[in-house]
Amino acid sequence: MLNTLKLDWLSNIRGDLLAGTVVALALIPEAIAFSIIAGVDPKVGLYASFCIAVIISFVGGRPGMISAATGAMALLMVTLVKDHGLEYLLAASLLCGVIQIGAGFLKLGDLMRFVSKSVVTGFVNALAILIFMAQLPELTNVTWHVYAMTAAGLGIIYLFPYVPKVGSWLPSPLVCIVVITAVAMFYGIDVRTVADMGELPDTLPIFLWPDVPLTLETLWIILPYSAALAAVGLLESMMTATIVDELTDTDSNKNRECKGQGVANIGSSLLGGMAGCAMIGQSIINVKSGGRGRLSTFVAGFFLLIMVVFLDEWIGQIPMAALVAVMIMVSIGTFSWDSIVNLKKHPISTNVVMLTTVSVVVATHNLALGVLIGVLLASLFFANKIGRFMVVKNEQTAEGERSYHVIGQVFFASSDAFSKSFDFREAVTRVTIDLSQAHFWDITAVSALDRVVLKFRREGAEVELIGLNEASSTIVDRFGVHDKPEEIEKLMGGH
Amino acid sequence: MNQITACIDGSNGATAVCAAASWVSQQLEKPLCLLHVLEKPAGREADLSGSIGLGSREHLLAQLSELDAQRNKLAIESGHLMLEAAKECAHDAGVTEVSTLQRHGRLARAVAELEEEIRVLVMGRQGDDHSVPSENAVGSHLETVLRTVKCPVLVTAGEFVQPTSFMVAYDGSEPAQRALASYGNSPLLRGLPCHLVMVNHDDEAHKAQLEQAAGKLREEGFEVTVAYLSGDVQSQLLAYQHENSINMIVMGAYGHSRIRQFFLGSHTRNMVSHTSVPLLLLR
Repeated sequence: MLNTLKLDWLSNIRGDLLAGTVVALALIPEAIAFSIIAGVDPKVGLYASFCIAVIISFVGGRPGMISAATGAMALLMVTLVKDHGLEYLLAASLLCGVIQIGAGFLKLGDLMRFVSKSVVTGFVNALAILIFMAQLPELTNVTWHVYAMTAAGLGIIYLFPYVPKVGSWLPSPLVCIVVITAVAMFYGIDVRTVADMGELPDTLPIFLWPDVPLTLETLWIILPYSAALAAVGLLESMMTATIVDELTDTDSNKNRECKGQGVANIGSSLLGGMAGCAMIGQSIINVKSGGRGRLSTFVAGFFLLIMVVFLDEWIGQIPMAALVAVMIMVSIGTFSWDSIVNLKKHPISTNVVMLTTVSVVVATHNLALGVLIGVLLASLFFANKIGRFMVVKNEQTAEGERSYHVIGQVFFASSDAFSKSFDFREAVTRVTIDLSQAHFWDITAVSALDRVVLKFRREGAEVELIGLNEASSTIVDRFGVHDKPEEIEKLMGGH
Repeated sequence: MNQITACIDGSNGATAVCAAASWVSQQLEKPLCLLHVLEKPAGREADLSGSIGLGSREHLLAQLSELDAQRNKLAIESGHLMLEAAKECAHDAGVTEVSTLQRHGRLARAVAELEEEIRVLVMGRQGDDHSVPSENAVGSHLETVLRTVKCPVLVTAGEFVQPTSFMVAYDGSEPAQRALASYGNSPLLRGLPCHLVMVNHDDEAHKAQLEQAAGKLREEGFEVTVAYLSGDVQSQLLAYQHENSINMIVMGAYGHSRIRQFFLGSHTRNMVSHTSVPLLLLR
């Protein structure tokens, strides 16, 4: 265990320190921007980012992944903050953490396997669109200075890395912020700055119990928000963990990550921060900058706070236009470009799932709802597809006798087609239904068969069923056969 | 439990590991498996520009996998050469059944996955990263492996010489008694003169324990010399080993809890880092 600790923390010190610093610099504008989305003072997001990053570096299950205050979570908090205020947000964050720890113990991280690739893509794209849309208020009803600054900022962010030498070791978002701030201060341009958006932290965070009445009423107010926060937080964290796993070609402990997210959110809420989760964009930046171990996450959080506390005067001077430029970069970087290119290649059902997920999220600003609908839709499409793997052949065996041969999957989606493949109008005296190559997956299928048999009998035919027991053995909910290949063969083969 | 596994790498110690493993394999009449594990190096080039654009994730994945692919191809090739050399060395030593195996990942994990198959694990004290051998350097993997596996581990240090006698560091503790049962019955050390040594327990109860242990070994047909030493455990043991030109040490590994070790250090760790002869560690 000591050695794992050493490996997680100290195997890549130089890379982790550098990457953590780059991420810390990128986290500051994001934390401020997400606080503004949620409708709270920038210090709430900054404290949250510090607490979450530092705590998750110890208790998380995915070394090298960056967690902090995020847009996905901030978007869920808007109405709570508007209607009830900051203290209720802190209480909701606390409860969200408790729910996430519970989810970790119940191993709900495993449920991620029901979230298909197209839903994940939809989630990521919706998130990117929402982050972009959240910047629009900063770009409406403003002077031309703001547009010029934002455009210049984006230019610096994307072109600076091409500058030889300096470009690859100086974070371009930082250069953007420094240059734009310097220009605004030098020319005394009157644009909105971070200081106008609310209070910045000037001290280290202090322990605070959320100041809400401990009543059932409070619980009913915060519970829906906490549940949505917990779900979205875990979803994004699990997705990000998978992406980091893929990028670094290493494994992570998803259930430990669930619990870790919970602990981090509890910690954050008790130190005056909002709930957060893993960040796709920042984790990519971390890996790209060479961060691999827990140290990178720790450095990101720690460095962020140090800079913010000591430089609060300067950070207050950053024009919102510079932040908007950085956030547009984040949204572009989060968006899955491939998903647009692949629209033509992928089957229509996949595209429908992806686009539905995106539209639901953009319409409701609730990522949890979008994912839920995406998952349901994907399951329906899947059921529909599998339902087509059913065919009923028939032949006349003798005068007035017909035999039906059912092959394939009979369940709720295909039971209708199953019933319709029998010809009840034909006057026969004897019907044989061979089910030995069919699988009856649920009660709907069995009752469809019952109806078919009954109908034939009413028409005056004798009905004989072959292989019913084997065909219906799949109804049992608990097979427990996936670890026994011979059992699966027995079940699925031509019994 | 039916093969001898030797961990082969590119370090200077690989020859000794191979020789030791060949000896064990012949003594126990078990096939030899040469294992090489391809570990992922930590350091790599980093892009600190901190910006992400369209398709960053896809691009980064492609770039990282390309790097890994190139590195791994070379590593597999060079590992293959190491294994071939080791195989030849084992054949020369007279082992007939030799297999080779390459795995990705961390050594401790690879060994743990294979553990059911392993009768004795043989590995060098130093790893690849100590290409400039300092006197007492211990490879970074050794301790992790020792902690992970439950099978006997033979740690080689320096050149391997076929043992002509062996010394047992005995303290009467439960691990030591369990270890006694295991080497007592094993054909590995059969016929070699044994020195049963106890340090710092010069009282009646412990003496009785030691005599009892010696008796057990004698029953098994060993020629046993009993000795009591006092002073610093590691230096006394090594001095005794040197004086009597003993060329194999046997001991139970990690008898104490991790917390105690953290404060007091571990005899096992000290012995591993200071020994100049092979060390057979039994859990």
